[in-house]
Amino acid sequence: MGGLNGEHAVHSPQIRMANDIAVQFQHLPPEQAAEAIAAHIRMFWDPRMKAELRRLVTTDADDLDPLALAATHLL
Amino acid sequence: MGLLKEHDLGTPAKPGTATVTVEIDGIPVSVPEGTSVMRAAAQSGTDIPKLCATDSLDAFGSCRLCLVEIDGRKGTPASCTTPVADGMKIRTQTPRLEKLRQGVMELYISDHPLDCLTCAANGDCELQDMSGVVGLRQVRYGYEGENHLDAPKDTSNPYFDFDASKCIVCSRCVRACGEVQGTFALTIEGRGFDSKVSPGAGESFMDSECVSCGACVQACPTATLQEKSVVDLGMPTRTVLTTCAYCGVGCSFKAELRGDELVRMVPHKDGGANEGHSCVKGRFAFGYATHPDRQLNPMIRERITDEWREVDWETAIAYVAERFRDIQGRHGTGSIGGITSSRCTNEEVYVVQKMVRAAFGNNNVDTCARVCHSPTGYGLKQTFGTSAGTQDFRSVGEADVIMVIGANPTDGHPVFASRMKRRLREGAKLIVVDPRRIDLVRSPHIEAQHHLQLAPGTNVAIVNALAHVVVTEGLADESFVDQRCEDFGAWADFIAQPENSPEATESITGVPAEQVRAAARLYATGGNAAIYYGLGVTEHSQGSTMVMGMANLAMATGNIGREGVGVNPLRGQNNVQGSCDMGSFPHELSGYRHVSDEAVREVFEKLWERPILPEPGLRIPNMFDAAVDGTFRGLFVQGEDIAQSDPNTQHVTSALSSMELVVVQDLFLNETAKFAHVFLPGTSFLEKDGTFTNAERRINRVRPVMAPKTGKDEWRVACEIAQAMGYDMDYQHPREIMAEIASVTPTFAGVSFDKLDKLGSVQWPCNDAAPEGTPVMHVDGFVRGKGRFVQTPFVATRERSTRKYPLILTTGRILSQYNVGAQTRRTANVAWHPEDVLEIHPHDAEVRGIADGDEVTLTSRVGTTTLRALIADRMPVGVVYTTFHHPVTGANVVTTENSDWATNCPEYKVTAVQVGLRTAASAAAVERDEEPAWAD
Repeated sequence: MGGLNGEHAVHSPQIRMANDIAVQFQHLPPEQAAEAIAAHIRMFWDPRMKAELRRLVTTDADDLDPLALAATHLL
Repeated sequence: MGLLKEHDLGTPAKPGTATVTVEIDGIPVSVPEGTSVMRAAAQSGTDIPKLCATDSLDAFGSCRLCLVEIDGRKGTPASCTTPVADGMKIRTQTPRLEKLRQGVMELYISDHPLDCLTCAANGDCELQDMSGVVGLRQVRYGYEGENHLDAPKDTSNPYFDFDASKCIVCSRCVRACGEVQGTFALTIEGRGFDSKVSPGAGESFMDSECVSCGACVQACPTATLQEKSVVDLGMPTRTVLTTCAYCGVGCSFKAELRGDELVRMVPHKDGGANEGHSCVKGRFAFGYATHPDRQLNPMIRERITDEWREVDWETAIAYVAERFRDIQGRHGTGSIGGITSSRCTNEEVYVVQKMVRAAFGNNNVDTCARVCHSPTGYGLKQTFGTSAGTQDFRSVGEADVIMVIGANPTDGHPVFASRMKRRLREGAKLIVVDPRRIDLVRSPHIEAQHHLQLAPGTNVAIVNALAHVVVTEGLADESFVDQRCEDFGAWADFIAQPENSPEATESITGVPAEQVRAAARLYATGGNAAIYYGLGVTEHSQGSTMVMGMANLAMATGNIGREGVGVNPLRGQNNVQGSCDMGSFPHELSGYRHVSDEAVREVFEKLWERPILPEPGLRIPNMFDAAVDGTFRGLFVQGEDIAQSDPNTQHVTSALSSMELVVVQDLFLNETAKFAHVFLPGTSFLEKDGTFTNAERRINRVRPVMAPKTGKDEWRVACEIAQAMGYDMDYQHPREIMAEIASVTPTFAGVSFDKLDKLGSVQWPCNDAAPEGTPVMHVDGFVRGKGRFVQTPFVATRERSTRKYPLILTTGRILSQYNVGAQTRRTANVAWHPEDVLEIHPHDAEVRGIADGDEVTLTSRVGTTTLRALIADRMPVGVVYTTFHHPVTGANVVTTENSDWATNCPEYKVTAVQVGLRTAASAAAVERDEEPAWAD
């Protein structure tokens, strides 16, 4: 069983939310998880949020869960 | 209509299909087996005189007025307690019966104040009526004997009086308190002539356990229990049938007026949701609608630091439209949006989301359900195919096992709780899953078989453990699963993993494994098992996961698709279901259809003659983030106080302060209005014309009791803003809005005002396949075809207790108050809850030197507030609890930005906090916006 990072680091909302989504799919094989995360983001995020997440990949990739990072590349 | 008085048939209906035929006064009558002679007579048009009988209560047989003669039987049996038998010949009017009844009435009247002409119940008194019916002409005993005419009057309750001098000790109030409400606050004290109705052990009503539901007042046949408003204003003369505007039960009420003045709200016996019952809010707390705090004229101001300036509607609407268009011109189409309200009608909500999508030209519309039941929408859609509770409320009467998870129905949904308690008294078993020992765990004649007192934030671990037991002990309903569901195998493999076992999760949840196993066995094998849940499920970082976990559990055990089972959200506000149905979410059009679905968009685009964007808009928390970022600059807020109700107040107010235009439409200048540039006065439910949809998908009519005090229907406001922004949106009547909703929403296709007026209410889906609605869903198949099992791994929240913040705060509501309290604080309900308090376990209080009633400081990593401590052993050690009904308390000052991963529903139920005695030093620190020193 996993857990969200207990630290309350000050991330952008998009990184925090993407990481929150990612951890829910960590039980799946990585490729499947990344696709599920991307699908969720496509279904529920406003275009500017998706654009901001894509932008953050270039500046704050280290803050993103690896699965969230992989999902972002699928957006 | 004139004053509506439902026909009282004397005793409750008996279910069953077998009928018997009897002859009453020579007329043959066929009724269900078990029906009383009294009811059979009433159904055939003969009302037998009665006093202690009423059809909301079981027969009692004490007044001896309803005597009849039956061929072949000795004596004169009471018709209320005598069931019909095939071939029975009954006489209800004979000289002997007449004489007996007159004798009974003589006794009653000899001990009754004969002040009928000045009595508040004159014209609405069954004792008075029966005197006439039996032909009473004399009282041979006189009036000078020993009597109760000097009995004291109890005026302690703010809404009704108890005048014992008028009491005939028929026990209807006592029985209503027990049978209907389930509180058992009233009793008959003393014996024989000294018998009297007593709240508790000789206490006043206000000091007793009475919950002021009004059932006793409703049941009283005389003026003994009488609304103060009737005493003050007189007996009402006409009725308007409408729907309560408080919780998601959505009770039907008779608004009873005298001229144009509302005298009282009386629960409607034919109301599908409540069937004649009520709670203290719906029954009595309607005074806010005419409260002097209401702002009735539009107001505008350039800056939020300016004084408000009252303007006419035309000016206000032009101002809103011009500034919204100006913002869009400078910052783009997506820079503005709107929030709809669950306190508004379906029609009012529909036009606001239409205004956003068609006139604003974006999908930036969300609803206050975001912060309560949005995970229900996600979770039930993923598993069952649509966002709705599976049952009608009546279904609980067929449940054998009731599991209540993260809900406190006796406070939050009291009228449904009364139904549930009745079933529990009949023998259904109860499992409560809640960190607090809520009243339902142990109350008169009810005791939960299992109280799984889990640590806050561990719901998913518990539901997985319950499902683990079902799967690994071979308790799954394989036939149901095989025929009705998909993805069971993969899910069963997942849930059977040792980490989901009760033994493995015990250290996470704090619930002993054996208790979990026993509860799971009971749920799976105890007959019809029904789940009812509330915000204790949804307002978590895994709120959506938990909803899916409960759906998994119900499907695995075959507890879906018939009466007595199901997965049922208890919705917070009265129109949460409806506001979600109406397309208020940024990713869905009405009927829960995603905006990316081209075929669905086309339906709307054709009708609205505007393109609909294929991608979702911003959700409420995203709007706040975008406002702080500067990309979201204007917001229309319909009937919602986001500055008080949404989490992390500081973030919300920063967002609101960042915007160029905040438009608030509400009854009162609420906390959000402090950040508004335009205030548009809203209408109370007493002025609305439309529909509400309750938690059981029941669409009820809301009918205007009075004209809008603001001079404008609320739905017209959104239409006029849209028009002023260049989009033609025009309706002549809300029935036209519902007609449009029906034309574009398959689940509402058969709904119309005419049908609602004819049938009273319908539950969606209501269409050609189900012209009169659908009480129970997923009967032959799930909405999505097959029910889908979804794997639900437990993921601990990031909000954890620490050395600095060692306690966990969870929040909720209490019976007498509602949501942010804007309505109930402006009624006499404040008598029960003048302030929010912090419930804390005696141990946690003692180690902090806190005594009951002390002022304490409550601090989280995002804020500090102060409130009074209530030491309560129903709290577990390490957990504190408060409500958010009073703005001065500011409970949401301390709640955080954490939210459900799928929907961004805030994690209100888990906040790490510290609590300390409020001292002069800590108070000064709070004033300086610092953490008190003890927090370290």
